Amino acid sequence: MNTDALLAAVVALPLVGALLVAACGERRPNLREAVTVVTASLVLALVLRLLWAESETTAALSAPLVLAEPWPGVTIALAVEPLGLLFALVASFLWLVTSLYAIGYMRGHGETNQTRFYAFFAVAISAAMGIAFAANLFTLFLFYEALSIGTFPLVTHAGTAEARRAGRAYLGILLGTSIGFFLLALVWTWAIAGTLDFTAGGVLAGRASPFAASALLVLFLFGIGKAGLMPFHRWLPAAMVAPTPVSALLHAKAGVFTVLKICVYIFGADFLSQVPAREVMMYVAAATVLLASLVALRKDNLKVRLAYSTVSQLSYVVLGALLANSPGFIGGGMHILMHAFGKITLFFCAGAILVATHKTEVSDMRGLGRAMPVTMGAFFIASLSIIGLPPGGGLWSKWLLALASVEAGEFVLLATLLLSSLLNIAYLLPVPLRAFFGKGEGRDVGLREAPGFCLAAIAVTTAGCVALFIWPDAAQRLLSAMGGVQ
Amino acid sequence: MVKVKAKAAPMDNPAGLFSYFGVIALMMLGFYIVMDSPNLVKKMVGLNIFQAAVFIFYISMGKVAGGTAPIADAAADLYSNPLPHVLILTAIVVGVSVTAMGLAIIIRIKRAYGSVDEHDIAAADAAADTAADTAGIDTAAAPPPESP
Amino acid sequence: MTAAHLPVLQVVAPLLAAPLCVMLRAPLAAWLLTCAVAVIAIVIAAILLFTVTAGDGAVLIYALGGWAAPWGIEYRVDIVGAFVLVIITGINLVAVLCGRASVMREIPAERVFLFYTGWLLCLTGMLGIAVSGDVFNVFVFLEIASLASCLLVSLGRDRRCLSAAFRYLLMGSVGATFILIVVGLLYQMTGTLNMADLAARLPPLAQSRTLQVAFAFLTVGVGLKAAVFPLHFWLPGAYAFAPSMAAVFLAGTSTKASVYILLRFFFSVMGAELSFDAMRLHWFLLPLALAGIFAASVAAIYQSDVKRLLAFSSVAQVGYMILGVATGSGAGLAAALVHLFNHALMKSALFFVVACMVLRVGGARLADLAGVGKRMPLTAAALVVSGLSLVGFPFTAGFISKWALLAAALDSHGWWLALLVLASSLLAVVYMWRVVEAVYCAPKTASAESQTVTEAPLPLLIGAWLLAAANVVFGLSTELSLGIAERAAVLLIGDAP
Repeated sequence: MNTDALLAAVVALPLVGALLVAACGERRPNLREAVTVVTASLVLALVLRLLWAESETTAALSAPLVLAEPWPGVTIALAVEPLGLLFALVASFLWLVTSLYAIGYMRGHGETNQTRFYAFFAVAISAAMGIAFAANLFTLFLFYEALSIGTFPLVTHAGTAEARRAGRAYLGILLGTSIGFFLLALVWTWAIAGTLDFTAGGVLAGRASPFAASALLVLFLFGIGKAGLMPFHRWLPAAMVAPTPVSALLHAKAGVFTVLKICVYIFGADFLSQVPAREVMMYVAAATVLLASLVALRKDNLKVRLAYSTVSQLSYVVLGALLANSPGFIGGGMHILMHAFGKITLFFCAGAILVATHKTEVSDMRGLGRAMPVTMGAFFIASLSIIGLPPGGGLWSKWLLALASVEAGEFVLLATLLLSSLLNIAYLLPVPLRAFFGKGEGRDVGLREAPGFCLAAIAVTTAGCVALFIWPDAAQRLLSAMGGVQ
Repeated sequence: MVKVKAKAAPMDNPAGLFSYFGVIALMMLGFYIVMDSPNLVKKMVGLNIFQAAVFIFYISMGKVAGGTAPIADAAADLYSNPLPHVLILTAIVVGVSVTAMGLAIIIRIKRAYGSVDEHDIAAADAAADTAADTAGIDTAAAPPPESP
Repeated sequence: MTAAHLPVLQVVAPLLAAPLCVMLRAPLAAWLLTCAVAVIAIVIAAILLFTVTAGDGAVLIYALGGWAAPWGIEYRVDIVGAFVLVIITGINLVAVLCGRASVMREIPAERVFLFYTGWLLCLTGMLGIAVSGDVFNVFVFLEIASLASCLLVSLGRDRRCLSAAFRYLLMGSVGATFILIVVGLLYQMTGTLNMADLAARLPPLAQSRTLQVAFAFLTVGVGLKAAVFPLHFWLPGAYAFAPSMAAVFLAGTSTKASVYILLRFFFSVMGAELSFDAMRLHWFLLPLALAGIFAASVAAIYQSDVKRLLAFSSVAQVGYMILGVATGSGAGLAAALVHLFNHALMKSALFFVVACMVLRVGGARLADLAGVGKRMPLTAAALVVSGLSLVGFPFTAGFISKWALLAAALDSHGWWLALLVLASSLLAVVYMWRVVEAVYCAPKTASAESQTVTEAPLPLLIGAWLLAAANVVFGLSTELSLGIAERAAVLLIGDAP
């Protein structure tokens, strides 16, 4: 198969999977879940095949595969590009793991409407693949919106009044920002540059006035609500009503990926560093990092605490993108990867605790480590990765980001990064520590570990965290091939 | 077709424009009735007056000062323009249809509501609306709270 | 040879079928006849469109009775007209072929033939508007269309349809009479009724008081017919209480025909230069368009009846078309035209879905539709697709409109206008959301009697999905919608930059 066919297949395959899942229905759950797992494996295999094909070529941006041209000069097109490849790799690998986890979780938790769940999960993955391989900003926007809509039934899965309210906030903020700001920025960019193709070195340089470039940057950063920049971060905690596998996987890697992609391929490093509004937005991101960490400290619900932690971590990536130098871009890309593995492990653990003990509040989890040693051990290792301590891969991305802020001469940001790491310790580590060393209330007798599928998934992602600590260079090498990075 | 200058008199002689003043007066009268009268039948009457004003406007437009009826005649060399008259015949037909349609609807309204008064009908409709809404009280009928 | 007669056949076919329909009387025969006419009409329209787009700026001219213009009445089909013809006949075809079940349910059997007679006359009127090259003829067709649509509205089940129809009739007649005045004034100045002739003779008269008066009457009259805010108040009632299929047809086509008249008069007859440079039309239309978009969208949010909600949404969407016109640029005009096309698709799809639901649950209030999503999953899915299109979601036709309008707004007035357009589309998200939420999430009420509610009959379902699928197709392939709209805009705006 050549690259074009592979690209089309990667986007189409999850959709086919969704149809098959829907066809299986509630009556044949085993077949339905087998379809999900097989589809996920195939998608992963295809992405790996793309990776292999990519390693043989040298060009940063291959010729795009044009699917449709709804507007003269504006196409729906797919192309392979290092950053997108990394994102696709992360998403497809984690989809496979999450599917396994979901089997244990959904059955253990006795959820209803599981068919709808698996079907829309596959739709969301298809959209994520579209985002990863979008050859231009227009295509990216299309799939970005599709992802928002496609994940909506997952967020409101429970169907309760609370889930509906959360769903409104989720969709309201994501659509509001993307239609209100992102789309405006998109059309504006098109008006200025005459093209929306992702181009090494950016398309705006030399065409946009400082004012227009500033306005565009602000519109893009706030418009991509999925990046969770304050004050448009509320959808993330709201989405916590979703079943845990959803919270775990769909958590917003797409948003920061989009930001990174825009900074690298629309603005370009050189031009971005001259945009006046960049400084301001960097401080907005830094403030988000700190404020979200502080909020996370005060949240007792584990999933909500993790959600705010995510808000904080996402802004790391935004910061990396805005620093507009090579270590910043690479560090941002690495952080997507590292954070994905770390945070998904944490969410898996939170879900496992929920399934096994029906506990959601951190304060109830004292002494739980004795009943669930594997889960809590994994939680500990993943926390270290998020904090940026060995043996977690998070160390490397934070290292690169720190390096980037030094290179850019932004010592305030360096301090922010360090301070935030301390805050990470304060809100993450107490959970496993209390679970292992705290005293239980005596009511926890008879609690057991989570279902086997869940534990297997947790083990895989935890191993991923550690493996990324030991072998980070593969990802770094891939990202170094990004256009516009020296 | 002859290019017709239908201005009956120059602007400095307002008396020569009398037919236009008549047209405007009739038009405004009719329009006022359409807007103001609560009685549907009177509204139709108003509409007819309004349209009649336009018909007169067309007819006076076709008059050429000193011209005679547009029938070929050796004695005459100046004719009035017949085209506006033809047009207005069509417009009158349209007007009649509108009136017929309107009256037909009024009859059905009278049967359905027992009144041809706009206020009564509006009140009955409003009552029907609220009755329908209170019959099916549920969350869906309330506007959604704005997302934060 | 017959090709030369197509412009007139387009109008004559439904016109002749109407009295035939009265004579047939049997509901089935009336329906079959209407189907036949619908098929003929769309074939003719397609051929016409193909012919005029094949050449460069080709115009088909048909002189009625062999009297050449400017003496005779001229039918004149250019790209703009053919474009509108295809929209009207397309929506008509789907509504006629697939909508029978809904008509049979809502109209008493002894009146079905009247319904289809009215339908055919309405079609005649709208097609006539699009082919006519004579301003007085436009007035006549306008009245035919509006009388016939009045008849359609008055056949609704709820007695409120009567007051809605009366208001529609009254306002329609006032609007049409205003246009009649305009025709008179134009004739008085130029001595011709032919559009092409008028276009040639009017520019030198730009400073004349008479022309200014004509212009004012025209703006108000056409504004009334096209439901431009604040002259829209007749529309919500008319759409809400009309029989469901009539609502599909009218929502998809009638305001489109009126907007077409507006474009014809302002651009072809008066000329862009006169309308925008001398009369400063955009100063007047732009605020009205914006006010209409926002006021009607907000009003739509607070409706509890889905048909009314969609009707208010129509007023807002007309606002978008007017906004495109008011930018005064070729890009804006193209945006207005492409939205004309796309809005016909999305709104008739939505009304079609509502018709399916009304057939099964008996009402269109949000409370009636509670929980329908579970019982009629396919219909509800069509609602979601067309709703997304209305909101302007990517991959749908609505997105293309929005993109075109945004680009035009940015180009002509800068970011603030674009931002307003986007903000208004968020309002659309809110009101469509209310419908979708009622259909999927709202707790079932007793009135829904959900046990008896099943999927709509197959023909209705096919119709709804045809229209919904068209929304997706024209969101991806825009050669027909956008490509032709752009060429039409170039034609309308002439050589003016």
